Amino acid sequence: MTEIIRAAWLIAVKDLRVEARSRELIYTTVFFALSCLLVFAFAFVRGGRPIPDTAGGILWVVIVFAGTLALGRTFERERQTDTLRALLLAPVERPAVYLGKLAAVLLLLAAVEALVVPVVGVLFQAPIARAPWLLMGLLAAGTLGFAAVGTLFAAMLVRAQSRDVLLPVLLYPVTVPVIIGGVLGTRAIFAPEPDFDTARLMLTMLVFFDGVFITIALWVFGPVMSE
Amino acid sequence: MRVATRLVPVLLVVAVVMLARAPFLIDAAPYESTMGLVQKIFYFHVPSALVAMTSAIVCGIASTVFLIRRRRLADHVALAAAELVVVFGLIVLVTGPLWARKAWGAWWVWQDARLTITLVMWMLFAGYLLLRRFGGAGSEVLAAAVAIFGTALVPFVYWSVNIWRTQHPTTDVVATLPPEMRWPLRWSMLAIFALSGALLILRTQLERGRAELEDAYAAVEE
Amino acid sequence: MTAARRHTRGWWIAWALTLVLSGAAAAAQAPQDDFLLAKPGDIQESLPATPFVFVAYAFAWAAVAFYVFWMWRRLARVEKELAEVRGRLQSPPR
Repeated sequence: MTEIIRAAWLIAVKDLRVEARSRELIYTTVFFALSCLLVFAFAFVRGGRPIPDTAGGILWVVIVFAGTLALGRTFERERQTDTLRALLLAPVERPAVYLGKLAAVLLLLAAVEALVVPVVGVLFQAPIARAPWLLMGLLAAGTLGFAAVGTLFAAMLVRAQSRDVLLPVLLYPVTVPVIIGGVLGTRAIFAPEPDFDTARLMLTMLVFFDGVFITIALWVFGPVMSE
Repeated sequence: MRVATRLVPVLLVVAVVMLARAPFLIDAAPYESTMGLVQKIFYFHVPSALVAMTSAIVCGIASTVFLIRRRRLADHVALAAAELVVVFGLIVLVTGPLWARKAWGAWWVWQDARLTITLVMWMLFAGYLLLRRFGGAGSEVLAAAVAIFGTALVPFVYWSVNIWRTQHPTTDVVATLPPEMRWPLRWSMLAIFALSGALLILRTQLERGRAELEDAYAAVEE
Repeated sequence: MTAARRHTRGWWIAWALTLVLSGAAAAAQAPQDDFLLAKPGDIQESLPATPFVFVAYAFAWAAVAFYVFWMWRRLARVEKELAEVRGRLQSPPR
């Protein structure tokens, strides 16, 4: 068990080191997220004021879009250098490869969200500081659920045709429960009369789905990637 | 597989005969007190939903077997089952709103958990079919992974309506039906399950035939 | 596609169109039938239920019919091609 964690850690660190050198993913993903926010700022603002109750939904849509892009790009990079196959051939347990890639993607998305959340707060006048820990918990749990399934699917699709469009086509339906939980919880926090009970309930639901998804993904990753 | 093939005509005859009688039984069934005539959509909406959920489970089991043992028959069954989910799921998703428009006044209610999660399950299996069609070589294995996630959703589809009470009737309704309604429902259920069983076997056969054809073409080229 | 196949396909398309169009026609005529639901004590409904039930039924039948038809055609085509290829395998052209 500790070997798996150690191997996962090494793989994650490898990814982060590669990313730190080029900073390609962080720059492009952040700017993509900001571009989305710009479009939403025009789409969901009426007469100079943001349409009420949309900030939560917008935040999660941007996370989902940016996350899809980041996932696709991470594994495209692996495909171009054929390192995924090297990883799978190495004497490393399959779950470790999955967990390592998941950790790297999560850290990338965390960095993106750290920038996106304040921008949403400013552009859509959302009270992001109202319940910081609860909001962070929702974001963490939701992003984890999304990334857990996303890492599996992106890895699976690395050698498939039409992978760019198939990733969202397959990923979004599966992660809808997670997105719904995130949006409803965030919306409950941002509402004029905040409903922290709903937010906490959504957080519990998110954690539950995270458990289910990670369990399935860990089990499925090995058989699917071995060809 | 040979046994299954022999079952097909039996199942089809049973299904066709029962389905021919069904409209008369459904017409004779009493009206429901608040919903009236439109409630009679129930007699094929519910069996279609159950077929869709059962097929999703069959697809998941077949996909699991395929992932572990790589048996081609399991893959064929998975594909056939996924198509049944999409076809019968579509029936559910069209007859449901038709019923809802009359009974609730709205075609679709996003706050209702069962509607949303059924739509999600349908889209997932539609995505499964897209992946198999456009994913290129090796996509059967990938699709099997997707199917497993889809099957994990089925319990949520079934129990969502008991946990999150909004619009859709609960599962209790079927258990507590008056006998005049229970009988036509059971009839339709049996008929539609017989039909879907026949369709599953036929579709699996078709897929096997296609696989044999590809093998044969490959052999010719050698 | 042979001429016979094209004709069969034409018949099936005509059938399907008839089903859909009749459903739509029934729905379009419905507004005149709103005395169907008169029951003692009930408020007069503004939406007659019959077209909904009809369209629902028609759609369910059409969906299953399409699926069966599509499968049947593919099955026939695959079996024909299999026989053809097997023949080629048995007597390979030199």
